[in-house]
Amino acid sequence: MNALIPQLINLFAAVILILAFAMLSQRRILNLIHLYTWQGLAVVGSTTVVAYVTDQHHLYYSAALTMALKVILIPWMLHRLINRLNVRWDIETLVNIPTLMIVGIALVVFAFNVALPISRFSETVAHGTLGIALACVLLSFLMMITRAKAVPQVIGFLAMENALFLAATSATYGMPMVVELGIALDVLVGILIMGVFMFQIREQFDSLDISHLEKLKED
Amino acid sequence: MLNWLTIDWILLVIVVWLLIGVAGIVALRRFRFVARVLFPIGGFVCLSLAGLALQALGNTPETAILPIGLPQLPFHLRLDNLSAFFLLLIGGVGAGVSLFAAGYFRKGAGTPPGLLCLEYHIFLASMVLVVLADDAYAFMVAWETMALSSFFLVTANHKVPEVQKAGFLYLLIAHIGAIAILLCFGVLQANTGDYTFDNMRAMTLTPFWASTAFLLALFGFGAKAGMLPLHIWLPEAHPAAPSPVSALMSAVMLKTAIYGLLRISFDLLHTHVWWWGGLLLALGLLTALFGVVFAAVQTDMKRLLAYSSIENIGLLLAGMGLTLIFHAYQMPALAALSLTAVLYHTASHAFFKSLLFLGTGSVLHATSERNLGRLGGLMHFMPWVAWLVLIGVFASSGLPPFSGFVSEWLLLQSFLFTPGLPDSFLNMLIPIVAAMIALIAALAGYAMVKFFGVIFLGQPREEKLKEAHDAGIWEKIGMIWLAAWCIALGLFPNFLIGLIDSVTVSLVGAGLAQQAQSSGWLFLVPSSIERASFAPLLFLLGIALGCLLAYVLLRRLYHGGLRRAAPWDCGHPWQTARMQDTAEGFGQPIRQMFEPFMRLTRKIPTPFDKEPVYKVTIEDHFWFWLYLPIAKVIEFVAGQVGRLQQGRISIYLLYSFITLLFMLFLVQK
Repeated sequence: MNALIPQLINLFAAVILILAFAMLSQRRILNLIHLYTWQGLAVVGSTTVVAYVTDQHHLYYSAALTMALKVILIPWMLHRLINRLNVRWDIETLVNIPTLMIVGIALVVFAFNVALPISRFSETVAHGTLGIALACVLLSFLMMITRAKAVPQVIGFLAMENALFLAATSATYGMPMVVELGIALDVLVGILIMGVFMFQIREQFDSLDISHLEKLKED
Repeated sequence: MLNWLTIDWILLVIVVWLLIGVAGIVALRRFRFVARVLFPIGGFVCLSLAGLALQALGNTPETAILPIGLPQLPFHLRLDNLSAFFLLLIGGVGAGVSLFAAGYFRKGAGTPPGLLCLEYHIFLASMVLVVLADDAYAFMVAWETMALSSFFLVTANHKVPEVQKAGFLYLLIAHIGAIAILLCFGVLQANTGDYTFDNMRAMTLTPFWASTAFLLALFGFGAKAGMLPLHIWLPEAHPAAPSPVSALMSAVMLKTAIYGLLRISFDLLHTHVWWWGGLLLALGLLTALFGVVFAAVQTDMKRLLAYSSIENIGLLLAGMGLTLIFHAYQMPALAALSLTAVLYHTASHAFFKSLLFLGTGSVLHATSERNLGRLGGLMHFMPWVAWLVLIGVFASSGLPPFSGFVSEWLLLQSFLFTPGLPDSFLNMLIPIVAAMIALIAALAGYAMVKFFGVIFLGQPREEKLKEAHDAGIWEKIGMIWLAAWCIALGLFPNFLIGLIDSVTVSLVGAGLAQQAQSSGWLFLVPSSIERASFAPLLFLLGIALGCLLAYVLLRRLYHGGLRRAAPWDCGHPWQTARMQDTAEGFGQPIRQMFEPFMRLTRKIPTPFDKEPVYKVTIEDHFWFWLYLPIAKVIEFVAGQVGRLQQGRISIYLLYSFITLLFMLFLVQK
């Protein structure tokens, strides 16, 4: 086996991490969707490589599914959504990107620290990427917290799902097919519901700013 | 089909009840069908349940496993003597109440009749399941079903704000109690993870854990039974419920708590510590005294009965405490005596209290009045109800030869034996306890005189009372059935004691029946004929002879004529109904004597008032000293916790994020 191939997996993982950071600091909604698509593509690449190295056929299916869903279908839906919501060129004001980056770096260090003892026990080819996957989960979570608008939050949620998928492939060569299909379907349904939800929010408040939801609180 | 065990037949009874309930839902608003067909069928099913229970008493325990509920966690059921005894009560009382209910529920009030029918039969079925359950899971499911179905029955008139309040208070305390019971089972299974009662029976706990389990059980079941200070829901919920429901709740549901306490303290726990009995005794006496004093000063007839139920529960707990003391000191014969008294009183109270509640239901229907101040003189207009209630009143006051006398007498007898205890401190204390029981019995009689006298005797206090009609045929049948048992249990005590025998043998290892019948079937002899005996039939004969003699003497020697005059005339030239003794007036001496027990607010008019109004409200100290402070603390804490709820999604996400980080941090450690 070519020694380069495991390196390829690490490369993809690194790309995913960089994309996660990029998403964290990206203000433009359109660019966010592009970044998300690229991230999906990187996940597909990493999965395919793992499948090739370990000769696990079901991972090819996973990769195909991810490709169809996260690189084609969901981005297409998101594009449609922002067109119809007319937020294609929206720019979000983000507070203090440098601080956010520093917090993100601290999270990555923490994630590696946590993942280290776990990945040491794992004997899979990609065990080194577990820390990256965990870091991506935390970064996406951070992105969800810091965003005030609805669409970026949804993208944060989707990115988190990507990272979880990466974690699954790296630690245990993927989840059982049934679980994977279930999650894929969940994400799809989730995004549909959130799409409807966003229309409702805008209708109600004339804006997609989530802070308006505070008014729903019971006093 | 033919080799069914008794327990299978009992399960069939439950199924039939549930089917009746479903039929009630199908015929949701067909009032006549529900009332005249479904409830009587339910009543006959109750009767067959009582028959089955009678058959099961004294037999070897039967078990069954129902594969319902969660996978791997079937319902274990077990029919032994203790459960058979309580099934007998459920069946016996349920039959009378169901027949009464056939004539009771009227059109147009709150919940539709079909729904009431469903709730009522689920209530009955859940009580049967509580008694049959043989693992904690089945027990808790049945227990909660019982609480919920009775909650919906209590709130049958849910449009009235007081009823809503009473219902929620009831539900709250029922759930607090259920948590304690659940924890108690958690202690009892002793970390084995096996929640069947069989396993709990096999465990032997250290005294500390056994005491913890006992205290939890006491709290949990005490909440259901109405033990001080958890009694607060009882006087609210009972008046709110329709009368057949209050009858069932007071007569049977409170008894399931007694059952639970008996089951845990005598069957599942093997370690016994004497102070449990002492604690139970003290709590029971306090409850009884508190209940009876409050009963004597009530002005609402159903509240009066509710407080009287608290009193009787107190007596039962005190008797159970005594049994625990005897049991802890290894005196099986005396333990059997006091346990027999407890079980006898359980049965007796079940019958007379349901009879009295049904009586109030008939009065309520005839007059739509619950306030004693607006009743009176109903004996003339509702003679059937009045005489039947009188039987219940006699039994409740503990007069011979009715059922209440036998049980209270047995209880007193068992207290008089305590000098045999090895603990001198207890020996000194017990005579005081016996005196208190005598006081409570006397006050109970006082409250009952008030109850009967103010409602049925004297002159009607309102004009509309003169149009009051007597109970219908179904109501009469139901009440006659219960009254017949009040008399039968008073006249033939040895019959029931014979039945109780198998229960006491299995719980404390001795029975009373042989001793009780040692001097022939006519006499009831708790210990020895020299010491004490009671021959109810001879007593009845004596009373009958006395009455006959008095009657004959009056007719022959006195002028012989029958003179009709206004009742309670007292020689006044003229008299109005307002001049009669009232409920407040009758209770006044008690109120005066026991004033520290209650929180009085009185509004006394000045002599110059043109329209004088006298008003007295009596409230419970516990409400102000215990419940309101707790409620305030909880409200404060809830307000503080409510600050977490910012309403911003980012903040909520931050909570999850921090939790996640914290968890990961823990994993890493």
